Amino acid sequence: MSELTKLTLTDALDGLGKGEFSSVELTQAFVDTIEASNDALNAYVVKTPDQALAMAKESDARRAAGNAGRLDGAPLGVKDLYCTKGVRTTACSNILGEFTPTYESTVTQNLWDEGAVMLGKLNMDEFAMGSSNETSRFGPPSNPWRRGGSNATLTAGGSSGGSATAVASDLCLAATASDTGGSIRQPAAFTGTVGIKPTYGRASRYGMVAFASSLDQAGPIAKTVSDAALLTEIMCSHDAKDSTSLNVETPNWLADVGKGVKGMKIGVPKEYRVDGMPQEIEDLWQTGIKWLKSMGAEIVDVSLPHTKYALPAYYIVAPAEASSNLARYDGMRYGARVDGNDLTGTYEGTRAGGFGAEVQRRLMIGTYVLSSGYYDAYYLRAQKVRTRILQDFETVFADVDALLTPTCPSAAFAYGEKTDDPVQMYLNDIFTVTANLAGLPGISVPAGVDNDGLPLGLQVIGKALDEATCFQVAGALEEAAGFVAKPDKWW
Amino acid sequence: MSERPTYTLKGDTGDWEIVLGLEVHAQVSSNAKLFSGASTTFGAEPNQNVSLVDAAMPGMLPVINKFCVEQAVRTGLGLNAQINKVSRFDRKNYFYPDLPQGYQISQFEHPIVGEGVIEVDVEPSHGDPAYAFPVRIERLHLEQDAGKSIHDMDPTATYVDLNRSGVALMEIVSKPDIRTPLEAAAYVKKLKAIVVALGTCDGDMEKGNLRADVNVSVCKPGAYEKFRETGDFGHLGTRCEIKNMNSFRFIQAAIEFEAQRQIEIIEGGGTVDQETRLYDPDKGETRSMRSKEDAHDYRYFPDPDLLPLEIDDAFIEGIRVNLPELPDQKRARFESEYGLSRYDAGVLTADAESADFYETVAKGRDPKLAANWVSQELFGYLNKAELDLSQTPVSAVQLGGLIDLIRDEVISGKIAKDVFQRMIDGEGDPADIVEKHGLKQVTDTGAIEAIIDEVIAANPEQAAAVKEKPKSMGWFVGQVMKASSGKANPQAVNKILREKLGL
Repeated sequence: MSELTKLTLTDALDGLGKGEFSSVELTQAFVDTIEASNDALNAYVVKTPDQALAMAKESDARRAAGNAGRLDGAPLGVKDLYCTKGVRTTACSNILGEFTPTYESTVTQNLWDEGAVMLGKLNMDEFAMGSSNETSRFGPPSNPWRRGGSNATLTAGGSSGGSATAVASDLCLAATASDTGGSIRQPAAFTGTVGIKPTYGRASRYGMVAFASSLDQAGPIAKTVSDAALLTEIMCSHDAKDSTSLNVETPNWLADVGKGVKGMKIGVPKEYRVDGMPQEIEDLWQTGIKWLKSMGAEIVDVSLPHTKYALPAYYIVAPAEASSNLARYDGMRYGARVDGNDLTGTYEGTRAGGFGAEVQRRLMIGTYVLSSGYYDAYYLRAQKVRTRILQDFETVFADVDALLTPTCPSAAFAYGEKTDDPVQMYLNDIFTVTANLAGLPGISVPAGVDNDGLPLGLQVIGKALDEATCFQVAGALEEAAGFVAKPDKWW
Repeated sequence: MSERPTYTLKGDTGDWEIVLGLEVHAQVSSNAKLFSGASTTFGAEPNQNVSLVDAAMPGMLPVINKFCVEQAVRTGLGLNAQINKVSRFDRKNYFYPDLPQGYQISQFEHPIVGEGVIEVDVEPSHGDPAYAFPVRIERLHLEQDAGKSIHDMDPTATYVDLNRSGVALMEIVSKPDIRTPLEAAAYVKKLKAIVVALGTCDGDMEKGNLRADVNVSVCKPGAYEKFRETGDFGHLGTRCEIKNMNSFRFIQAAIEFEAQRQIEIIEGGGTVDQETRLYDPDKGETRSMRSKEDAHDYRYFPDPDLLPLEIDDAFIEGIRVNLPELPDQKRARFESEYGLSRYDAGVLTADAESADFYETVAKGRDPKLAANWVSQELFGYLNKAELDLSQTPVSAVQLGGLIDLIRDEVISGKIAKDVFQRMIDGEGDPADIVEKHGLKQVTDTGAIEAIIDEVIAANPEQAAAVKEKPKSMGWFVGQVMKASSGKANPQAVNKILREKLGL
C-alpha cells in the first residue's frame, strides 16, 4: 500500500479514475505514512486524518456517481499560511495561539471544490519569514535528503519547508505553498521537487496569512512539472475578495508541459553569475543551457543590470509591508495574549512573547524604513528600484521568451549553518526575489545533484501571465534531466 | 450683501486677529462599510455590524465599496471641486484596541477630490449685517472610521465596539480662509447643508456623523494678508488643533477660548506649542490632548492590498447629471422665483427641511408674506424655544392656512399673531381658533360706524383737536380697535373715522 504514496499526482488521479484504488485506500496510505514518519520529518504541524478519510469517502462516492472533480480523491498537504475552516491555522507563529478560522482561503477552497483531500497543515517559517524553516514555532522540518556519508540534518529550505519535505518524502501527493521572495522555489530546489510561483495576482490572497501583500503569491510544490501545472491551474482564479487578483482566464497549463522548446529564445542573464557561487551550480546552469539548445531553443546572453539592487530592495519592501500587515496581531481579538499592567504593557508582552526573533527583526526593519525622515531614502527608493527591475525584465522579454537561471546559489545547508548571520540567510533569495519584485512567474525544476548527492534546481522566469512558457521550458528541462533520484530513507 | 467685517480681539499689546482652518469628518451615507460588506446601521447591538475584514482576521482583505466612491465624487462636485481620476489609499499605522488592523486606510498623498470653493453665508450678529464669503476647499478624501472604546463600563477594563470600524468617512479640509468663530460655524452649516442636499451624509452631528476639527492660530493685523499674498505660513501664528466638535455652539465657544488662550501666552512672553487639544464644554475651555513631540509617526505608505482607485469621465458625468438642486442654486431660485432678498433666501435654504417647509407655505400665496411668517415668526419662535424645525408645533399647511385667513381679510395681521400664538400653544388649525374665539374681523361698516360714533361722542375735546392736528387720528384708531377687541377691519376704521372727523 505504501507504494501508493510514491505516485505522482497525475498518476494517482489516473489510478483513481481507472478504479485501480479508491481515495480512501490512497488517503489511508498517506495517513499511515504520516503517522509513521512525521515525528522524524516534522512536516505536518496539524494532522487531520479523520477529516482526510471523511473527505476521501465523499470523494469515492462522487466518483462512483460520475461527479468527480479534477482533483477528486487526491490527498494534499496545506501550508499553515492558508486559513482552513475549523482547522488550526497559525502561520507557525506563537502569536496566533490556537487560532482556528471560521473561513476558508480561496486557494484551498478551489482545491476542495475539485474534490481534493486535506491531510493536514504543513510546517513553515513563522509568517513565511525565513529561508530555512528554522523560525517555525514548531521547530524545523527535516529535509529527507542528506549529504552522502553524513547524518547531518539539512534544511528543506524556507519558508515552505514543510511543503517541500512532505512532497519529497511522499507524505502527500502535492502541497500548497507560498512565495514572497523564493519561498516556493528554494525549498523545491533543496528537495528535488518542482515549485512554481505564478504571476502576481493569478491566485487569490484571500485567506492567506499576509506577509508582504505586494509580493506574496500562492503556488504549489509537486513531484513533477505536470503535477505542478495541474495544481497551479486549480489554485489560480479571479477573486472579487482580493482587489489585487487579476481578472484573467486561467489556461490549461497541463497541456503545455510536453510542448517542447523548439524555436524558443531563452535568455541567460549574466548578473545571475555571483561571486562565491559553487562551480557545481555554474556547471548545472551550463548543462541546462546545453539541454535547451539541443532541444531546439536559441540561447541568448542578456543583461538585467539592476539585479544587484534586488535583494536590498526586497529586504526593505517586504519588511515594510510586514510591519504593517502584522500590526493586527495585538492580542485583542484572537490568538495569544500576554497581559501587562496597562495597554502598552499588554502590547509589548503580547508581541514580544508571540513573535520570534526573525519576525521581530523584520518588523523593526520595516518600521524603521517607513519612519518619517527615512521613508524617502529607503521605502521610496526601494520602490523605484523595483520599477527599474521590472523595466529590466520588460526590456529582455522583448527579445526572449523566458530566462534560465539557477534557483539558488547553493544546495541545502545544514541547520545552524546560516542562522547566526541573517545576511548570509538573506543571500539565499538572490535569484528568486527578482521575480517577486517584478511580479513574474518563476518555476524551479530539479535538474541534477551536487557532489554530495544533494538535489539542485534550475529556475525558469517567464513573462507576466506567461506561465505557459514556464511550464513548457520546465517540462523540457525535466525530460532532459531525467531526474529520478530519491533520498535514501533514513526516517 | 454687506462687506466682510474685520474681527479683532483686544490684547494688552494691541489688536489680534484669528485664522481658522477646518477639517470636517462626514460619515458617508451608505448601507455598507468602505471596504467590507458589513452593515452601517446605527444603534445595533455592540459588535453586530462587524465582518471578518472589519475585525482584521488573518488573511482578510479590503475591497472598495463603489457606492462610497460615488458619494465622495458627488460631494466633490457639490463643493465645486476637482475630481481626481486617479487616487490612492494609504495606510496610517498606529496601535489602538479599537483599530483592529493596526492601521487606518486613508488617502494621504492622492485624495479623490482636490481643490474647490464654496460660498458661506453668515447671519447678522452683534449689529453686524449678514454677509457672504468664499472658503477654498483644499481636498476631500475617503477613509475608514475606527471602532469605539468604552472606558466607563468597568473600573478596570475597556470595552471595544467595532460596529463603526471600517465605516466610510469623508474628510473635508478647508484652506485657512475662515476668520471668526461665527464664520467657522457658518462654514460647517454650509457643508452640512451641501452634504445633506446631496444625500452623501445625513449631517447628524449629535450621532457624530458630522464633526469638525478646528485649527486655530492668532496673528497681528496685516499678517494674514501677507500670508495670502505669499502663501508663506511663516506669517501666521503657531496653530493648535481642537478635535472632534459636534455642535455649532461648541465650535464657536472653543475658538473664542482658544484664541484668547493663545493671545495670553504670546503676550505673557511665551510661545504657543503646536498641539492637539480637546474642548471641554462643561468647563468651557480647551485642554491639551497631545503635543507635537508625542505625535505618532504614522508611517504612511500606499496600501499594497488595494490598487490605485481609477475612475473615468463617464463615471463622473453620470453622477454630475443626477445631482440634486444644491443650497446655492436653491437660494438663487428663491431670489428670482419668489422675489426674496438674498438674506431671506439664504435663511430659507440653509437646509432642505426649511426650504421644503417654505415652499409648501408659499405655494399659491404671497411669497414675501410667506417668507416673513416662516423666517421671522416661526423660526424666531423655534430659535427662542431652542427647537428644530422637525419639532415645530405649527405645520406648513397650518401656517399656510393662517396666511390665507389674512389674505381673505378674515383676520387682520395683528389678530393673526394672536392666532399664531394659539397655534404654537397647540390649539390646532387657525380657522378653528378664529371660530372658537370669535376673532373674525368685523367688516360690517354699520357696526364699525356705531363704535366710532360712540368713541367720538365720548371724546368731544379730542374730536375737536384732531381737526387742527390730523396726525393724532391714530389715537382714535386705537380707541376704536380696542372697543372692537381688535376685530374691526383697520382699513374700514380709518376710512370711516376720516369721514366722521371731517379730515
